[in-house]
Amino acid sequence: MNTTKRQKQRKVLLMGKSGAGKSSMRSIVFSNYVAKDVRRLGATIDVEHSNIKFMGNLMLNLWDCGGQDGFVENYLTHQRAHVFSSVAVLIFVFDIESREFAADVISYSSIIRALAEHSPSAAVFVLIHKMDLVQSRLRQQLFEERAEYIRAASESFAPTVEFFATSIWDQSLYKAWTQIIYFLIPNARSIEGLLRELAEVVEARELILYERTTCLMVTHVTRDVEADNPFSDRFERISSILKTHKQSMAKHTGIPAGSANFAEMQIKTGRFMFFITRLTENTNLAASIPPSEQVFNAARINITLARPRFAELDVASKPRPAVQQAFAHSAETPAEREAAVAGFEG
Amino acid sequence: MEDLPDAEVPHTDPVPPRFHTGRLPNSKAGDGKPRLLLMGQRRSGKSSISSVVFHKLPPSETLYLETTTRIKKESMHSFMDFQVWDFPGHLDYFDPAFDVDNIFEEIGALIWVIDAQDEYLEAIMRLNTTILNLQHSYPNINVEVFVHKVDGLSEDYKGDTFRDIIQRVQDELSDHGYENAPVSFYQTSIYDHSIFEAFSKVIQKLIPQLPTLEALLNSLCSTCHIEKAYLFDIMSKIYIATDTSPTDIGSYEICSDYIDVVIDVSEIYGWPRGEQNGEDESLTETGNNDAESLITMERKGNNYLYLREINKYLALICLMGDDSPAEKKAVIDYNVGVFQAALKQVFPRAERDAVDAPAA
Repeated sequence: MNTTKRQKQRKVLLMGKSGAGKSSMRSIVFSNYVAKDVRRLGATIDVEHSNIKFMGNLMLNLWDCGGQDGFVENYLTHQRAHVFSSVAVLIFVFDIESREFAADVISYSSIIRALAEHSPSAAVFVLIHKMDLVQSRLRQQLFEERAEYIRAASESFAPTVEFFATSIWDQSLYKAWTQIIYFLIPNARSIEGLLRELAEVVEARELILYERTTCLMVTHVTRDVEADNPFSDRFERISSILKTHKQSMAKHTGIPAGSANFAEMQIKTGRFMFFITRLTENTNLAASIPPSEQVFNAARINITLARPRFAELDVASKPRPAVQQAFAHSAETPAEREAAVAGFEG
Repeated sequence: MEDLPDAEVPHTDPVPPRFHTGRLPNSKAGDGKPRLLLMGQRRSGKSSISSVVFHKLPPSETLYLETTTRIKKESMHSFMDFQVWDFPGHLDYFDPAFDVDNIFEEIGALIWVIDAQDEYLEAIMRLNTTILNLQHSYPNINVEVFVHKVDGLSEDYKGDTFRDIIQRVQDELSDHGYENAPVSFYQTSIYDHSIFEAFSKVIQKLIPQLPTLEALLNSLCSTCHIEKAYLFDIMSKIYIATDTSPTDIGSYEICSDYIDVVIDVSEIYGWPRGEQNGEDESLTETGNNDAESLITMERKGNNYLYLREINKYLALICLMGDDSPAEKKAVIDYNVGVFQAALKQVFPRAERDAVDAPAA
């Protein structure tokens, strides 16, 4: 909408053998598909480009590369420079059920070679997919074996390549994509710093910043007791819960899943209080706070007041537009300011 | 893409399930646990239904359930205790070797499951024999027929099958001189919410307090401009009462999904933290005793969802009307508090339980 906004384009290649599940995971993460809907997807022909706006200033340029042998050969020969130049991230998907694992790895290593040639600074993430098809007690072992074997074929990327076991049927998919996104966000450090400051001010036990449309976590801050939370996979779980809820809302209200966003959600119990609210144009903030009504109300107001600062980070080097200024002031009606003060005193 | 073809269609029963009859289930003691009997041909889906509804088994896993060979009795402890008896399909209940009285004595409802994707003539024949046999000794038993596995049928065929089954059952019963039999019909599937909806209606008939609950919900709805209010049993996600405005399965689904969100988030953050609350000790914690939650949607103006834990077993979920802005939440909180107090008088038992067994 604004041409002066300097956007960071990041090229992300999604590759892997035909039928490995590349388009399925793309549809689930970015296009609000439900896991069982992906059956309807056909084979990807050549490359499907999609541009995904993430956090305002980050534009993901996702290349979903069809995995049939003919296409792959084409990528490696005629289109070599076109496909492999200026790549930020390569995501390579292996099918755990594949009968020709050795052949898959050979194809992988020729792609790695092309990548090393044109974008030596790219990051490589390997997803070992469809883990749900393996018996649960064998999963970890099989995953490690495969990962070792693939790492050995990763040449110059061997020390940095990261492995994830994924499945579209549980939150493991979100775990992997959260890591990938974290790597791509240019100012993750400064967002994290600001978030930590905010957490101190509002006395939150935990703050989770996540992107609105994909429900992927951007970053989180955990304080004090919450560090002992026995659910170490809670961030992915929350992504997955929110995504499911979004779909259910969309179905009921008849609005497209992409825009079925809630303005706010609160849960108050005797053990914790939790709310999710909008932070910037593209992000929501989930906060878990101690079970106290004052802290809760003060936190809500303080987070509203902190929005402009995050909005600045969101758009990096752009002067703050007037709309956001108006927004900042609207939250400062006398009553609310009073409430905020009362909250601190209480 | 995100719509299941049958999800938006309101539940239109050609034969509407009868309203609450106001009579207590057949029971000697009067305070016994009402019993739900699941019966039907073998492989019609009885065990799958009981696993999905009462044990939260994912529907896809029911493929691996073994054939039931003996009567499986399960007790459900919730806002009211009831037993679910899962019968093997091949049993002949009226074999003299069976203690018929023992089986049907304290029965609350007989649920007969018919596989809509299979030949159902024999099932109907057996159903009718059962109804006619029961009619003499236990005329008050509610017979609930679940026309099951309808998810696999096309929309037209589904309706036809459903009507055909109703027609055949009723014709045959009236041929035997049994008019207006207390039989209700439901279309069900374990792959969507219809099985929960059907169970909700079955259970509601067994709650003697239902008219009171409905009246309470009605007055709450009109005072607070609530579009639709449900009283849910949290564990089974069966709703035990709703206000008397028209129900559509959509609003049930959204409320049921909403409970999931609240339960899942509560599981993540509700872990016991001990007493080391760090620097927070200066603050007195004024947390709620009863969980409450609300969701405001961005697009639909003031429309929002409101959840309040009523007691250990029950939660009230309201779909708020357009003219009930979020600013008035304090008033709604108060009214829900009044509702909660009223409910305590209706269900003194749940309260007693909560005192006896402090929350785990």
